[in-house]
Amino acid sequence: MSVHALPLPLSGTLDRRRFAWPAALLVVAYFVVPLVATSYLLEAILLPFLALSLAALGLNLLTGYCGQLSLGSAAFMAAGAFAAYNFNLRIDGLPLPVTLVLAGLTAAAVGTVFGLPSLRLKGFYLAVSTLAAQFFVQWALTKFGWFSNDNPSGVIDAPKLLVAGLAFDTATGRYLLALTVVAIVTALTVRLVNSPTGRNFIAVRDNETAARVIGVPVLRTKLLAFAISSFIIGVAGVLWAFTYLRTVEPAGFNLDRSFQILFIIIIGGLATIRGAFIGAAFFVVFPLILSRAGSFAFGGLFDSGVLDMSQRIVIGALIILLLILEPRGISALFDRVAARLGRLRGRP
Amino acid sequence: MEWYDFLFFIEVLVGGLLSGVMYSLVAIGFVLIYKTSGVLNFAQGAMLLFAALTFVSLVERGIPFALALAITLLIMVALGFAIERTVLRPLVNRSPMTLFMATLGLSYIIEGAAQLLWGTQVHGLDLGIDDTPFEVYGVFISKFDLVAAGLAAAMVGGLSAFFHWTRIGLAFRAVADDQFAALAVGLRLNRIWGTVWTAAGFVALVAGLLWGARLGVQFSLSLVVLKALPVLVLGGFDSILGAIVGGLIVGAGEKLAEVYLGPFVGGGIEGWFAYALALAFLLVRPGGLFGKKLVERV
Repeated sequence: MSVHALPLPLSGTLDRRRFAWPAALLVVAYFVVPLVATSYLLEAILLPFLALSLAALGLNLLTGYCGQLSLGSAAFMAAGAFAAYNFNLRIDGLPLPVTLVLAGLTAAAVGTVFGLPSLRLKGFYLAVSTLAAQFFVQWALTKFGWFSNDNPSGVIDAPKLLVAGLAFDTATGRYLLALTVVAIVTALTVRLVNSPTGRNFIAVRDNETAARVIGVPVLRTKLLAFAISSFIIGVAGVLWAFTYLRTVEPAGFNLDRSFQILFIIIIGGLATIRGAFIGAAFFVVFPLILSRAGSFAFGGLFDSGVLDMSQRIVIGALIILLLILEPRGISALFDRVAARLGRLRGRP
Repeated sequence: MEWYDFLFFIEVLVGGLLSGVMYSLVAIGFVLIYKTSGVLNFAQGAMLLFAALTFVSLVERGIPFALALAITLLIMVALGFAIERTVLRPLVNRSPMTLFMATLGLSYIIEGAAQLLWGTQVHGLDLGIDDTPFEVYGVFISKFDLVAAGLAAAMVGGLSAFFHWTRIGLAFRAVADDQFAALAVGLRLNRIWGTVWTAAGFVALVAGLLWGARLGVQFSLSLVVLKALPVLVLGGFDSILGAIVGGLIVGAGEKLAEVYLGPFVGGGIEGWFAYALALAFLLVRPGGLFGKKLVERV
């Protein structure tokens, strides 16, 4: 994986500037957005953005930090979503946060099982074997009615979202719920990648044999990466199903979704935390812009089929262009711009 | 086992082996590119769709069969060299994963372009081979499958001969063996890659026509890559022989599992069975059946 070495955070000293931006964003997200956002902005942009960001964050741990390419992310999202549905349905009065954690753990278990081949396989062989997860999980969820409480087409509906007696079913409520989950998981992930375990991930990615030589438990590290990554992706699946769509079927978690999450981290930036968010924002907003631009330029000529195809072409071209020009993704572009601005202001 | 049951088993097995040849056809295109440039070309399925769709659309516009074939082939040549120029050359010396992701992007572009150009409706494709099964010692065999298998055999024979007895084939093998050494003795890597992608385009065309005649030419044609990937994993990414044997194993295994195992788990297992089979093999031989052994160095 062509990811450059990460700048190590200053150990011991708390770099205040690193936390200024996320804190400011959180304040805006919690206190300004709910007041000014229309329900369209919440439902069509912010909720999918939050769920996709979290899924991309999970995949970035596995692919960006630990170097294990996975093409089965949507399967782990589905595992999380359906697990949450069943825990909620079958255990009376289970609090929502507990459901979320249990769903994440279920996805982690599924992820660990499908991560087992990584102990023997590398590179493309592993990537292809993760497709097994993609097809198997989707098949199992459609085939066995138990998972969807015997719904004939495997569709599940979101339950009432109650936390500590408070209902979170309005658009704003669901947004705040998803935001809180994403904020907590992101904070934990930042902790993780700066911990010894995170360093182990990077060591395994950069040179597995060398990592083994210096005493990194390679097999355990890989499985741990699969487990944690799947946990996060599973929780993202719950957000996708419960806070964004409210009604999902297994077919919604298909291979295209897996690729979409992979593209998010490529475009956003591998092995960066904000890359997941930048990429997800791009993937949610870009199709909307393209469809607006299309109908503005061509009026009625631009039907949804043509739009879909041109969207595919543009996304494909953008991926290739980014890989050529800036393999570290949009987040590296931001860095470059920031550095240039800094120079202009006379800072080193 | 009863005689009738045995016959039925043979019939399923033969049907499976023959459909496996169809998987091999797709897999060979991957192997060609992987061998010479180390790229797992996910866009192979998209190229297959593009070739078949172009051909069918030309034929539907009244262009005779042979001319349409020639035009499609020319377009695939242009596509091969265009890909080399715009995607591979700027990405030279990048990691295999970067190149793989680039081909993912490429597959989006080609799929989108093919359908934007020729429309999204399903086209029927008649190659003039009838698909009626005939009987050999009480076992029904599809004639179409036999023709497909024959074509695949001819193509593999042709490709092997090409690799072994032509100058450019020798250059291909040199590049596959050691890119730097090949460059050092003065081989033109760019032109060779362009040619290899063209060859893969030709394989895509043949596979696209056969699969198109089977399934109808439509978007789902590009999904046959998903059938070819377990074949590749099984056979090893860099072995044409592996692609053939892998295809046969996957085809036979899939059909047998569907018939004998399917009823116990509710059917529909063909979507993932090939992957499970490939994984089981891989756990024993992580480089595939015929793949190169990896030597690790720090």
